[in-house]
Amino acid sequence: MVTSLVTSGLLLAVTTVAGQAPAYRAPRTPDGKPNFNGIWQAMNTANWDVEPHAAGPSLVRELGAIAAVPGGLGIVEGGEIPYRPEALAKKKENQANRLKLDPEIKCYLPGVPRAMYMPSPFQIIQGQKHIMIVHEFAGAVRTIYMENHTEAPADSWMGWSNGHWEGESLVIDTKGFNDLSWFDRAGNFHSDELHVVERIRARSPETLSYEATIEDPKVFTRPWKISMPLYRRVEPNAQLMEFRCVEFVEDLIYGHLRKQPSK
Amino acid sequence: MNRRILAWVDVLALVIAVVSLAVIPGKAQTRSASARANNIPKPYAPPRTPDGQPDLQGFWTNSTYTPLERPRNVTKEFYTPAEAAEAEKKAAARESELTTPGTVADVHYDFSQFGLDKSQATLARNLRTSLIVNPENGRLPPLSAEGQKRAAERAEIAKRVGRWDSAESNQLDDRCLIMAGAGPPMLNAAYNANYQIVQAPGYVMILTEMIHDVRVIPLDGRPAPHRNVRQWMGVSRGRWDGNTLVVETTNFNGKNPLEGSSENMRVTERFTRVASDTIQYTFTVEDPSTWTRAWTAEMPMRTTQGPLFEHACHEGNYGLYNTLVGARLEEKKAAEAAKSK
Repeated sequence: MVTSLVTSGLLLAVTTVAGQAPAYRAPRTPDGKPNFNGIWQAMNTANWDVEPHAAGPSLVRELGAIAAVPGGLGIVEGGEIPYRPEALAKKKENQANRLKLDPEIKCYLPGVPRAMYMPSPFQIIQGQKHIMIVHEFAGAVRTIYMENHTEAPADSWMGWSNGHWEGESLVIDTKGFNDLSWFDRAGNFHSDELHVVERIRARSPETLSYEATIEDPKVFTRPWKISMPLYRRVEPNAQLMEFRCVEFVEDLIYGHLRKQPSK
Repeated sequence: MNRRILAWVDVLALVIAVVSLAVIPGKAQTRSASARANNIPKPYAPPRTPDGQPDLQGFWTNSTYTPLERPRNVTKEFYTPAEAAEAEKKAAARESELTTPGTVADVHYDFSQFGLDKSQATLARNLRTSLIVNPENGRLPPLSAEGQKRAAERAEIAKRVGRWDSAESNQLDDRCLIMAGAGPPMLNAAYNANYQIVQAPGYVMILTEMIHDVRVIPLDGRPAPHRNVRQWMGVSRGRWDGNTLVVETTNFNGKNPLEGSSENMRVTERFTRVASDTIQYTFTVEDPSTWTRAWTAEMPMRTTQGPLFEHACHEGNYGLYNTLVGARLEEKKAAEAAKSK
C-alpha cells in the first residue's frame, strides 16, 4: 500500500514551470480529490511558542528538564505576531500567568490553528460532503463542510469551518470562534473576531504543507501567516489513542472543593 | 441487413419487452409472498460510497422513549402502534414533570427548551417494548458471581463516599467525562442523541454529539492492541459483512458507563442501513465478569437534520463547580449549627 502510494506519487510528480522544483500531485480519492486521509502530526515547538524562541526552564520546578521549553525557529512568517499595543500587553500578561491561564493545562478544547500543531496526532477522514479532522488531544473534532456553506450558528472553541478545493489545495475558512483559546503555551491569543483561512496540500506521499492566514482586527494590526509541514504517522496500525484529559485535571480544577475529613 | 429483417428484430424486441412486463410482476408477487411467509423484509440496496462501501454517511439519531429493559408489567415483545403511542405519551409526561418549578431538574434544565424534551426533536420510533431482544424477557441477564461481588463492592463504596464529596465521586456525565451515547454500545442519550457518520477508504468515523466523543474505526483487519492498552471506549475494529458494518470492541478500562460493565467486556455491533432513513443498530455484550450470559439489544437510528453542535461540556461545567461549592457550604452550615447547640 505504502509502496504503491510512493510509486504513484513519484509518477504523478509534475514540473509546473521549467527550471522550478516539481510540484507534487497528491494521489486521488476514489471521487478524484487530493487524498489527505491519514494520521498526521506536526514536528515542531509551535505549541510552546509560535514565535521564534530559545530554550527555557520549566514552569514547574519538580519537573526539571521534562517540562523545560525546547527552542524553536517559529512558524510565524516574519517572526513576530503584529499585535496592537494593548493586545501585546495582554499577551505578556498571559505569558507571565500561563501556569494559571493556559487553557491546555485545563484540558480545554485547543481551538484553531493550535489543534494542528499540538504534540499529538490528528486524523483526516475525508468524506464527500464532510471532511473530519479528529484530534487526539481532548478528543477535539472539526467538521469541514464541503457543501451547504453557512455562517457559524454559534460561537465555539473549534469554530465553524467551510471548505473548498483549489486545485491541489484544501482551503478551509473558519470563523465563529469564542475568545477563550490560545495559540500556544506562551500566551499568544485572539478575540472572538478571529478568522483563520488554512491551505493544506500534499508535498510528498508522507508530508503535507500547512499554512494559515490569521486575521483578528481587535488584536492584530494586520493579517499574518503561519506555515509548517505535517508528517504522516507511518507506524504499522497507527491510530489515535484516547486522551480523555478531563479526568487528569479534576483535582487541579476542583480539588480545593473536596470534602475535608471531619476532625 | 435489409429493412425487413430489421423490422423483425424490432417486433421480436417488442414481444420480449411485453412478455417481460407481464412476467416480472408475477415473479415479484411470488417472491414477496414467500418473503412475507418467512417474515423476511424486502432487501434494501444501500447507496455506495465512491470506494464502494455501503454508505452510512449523514446525521442520525437514536433518541427513543423505549427503555433498555422491558418494564416489569409488560410481557410482550412489541406494542401495537396505539399502545406504543400511549407509552410514548406517558414517558413524555414523566419527562415534562421535571419542569416542576423548584425541582433540581428545573433549576439546571428547562425542559420546555428545544430539544431537551425528546418529543420535540426527531425520535427513532420503534414498536419494541424493550431495546433488549435477548434474553427473550427483554431484561439484562442475572449478574455472574464476579458481577455480584463487583456490584457489592460498588455499593460498599457508595455507603462511604457521598456523591458530592469531590469531583471524582460524582457521576461520569456530571463530570463531562463520558456519556452513555458514546458507547460502545451507543445507548440513547436523554437529549441530543445525535450522531454524524463520515466514511473514507478504510475507515468509518462516528461522532457522538454529546461531549464530541469520536470513534475512528479501522476496517483493515488489524488486531486489537496489547492488553495493557485500556480505554474508556475500548478499541474498535470494523469489517463489512455484506451490507452490514460489524464492529468488535475490546480493551475497555472498566469505566465505560454501561451498567457496571467490566474491562473484560466485548461489544459486537452491527450497523445495517435498511432504508434510506434508517440504520438498524444491533449490539451484543459479552462480559462474564458482570453477567452470566451475553445479551443483545436492537434499535433503529433515523436520519435527522444536521449539523451537530460543539458540546464543550467540560469547558462550561459550572454545574459540577456549583454543586461542590454548595455541598461544602451546607457542611459548613451544619458544622456551625452543631457548634452553637
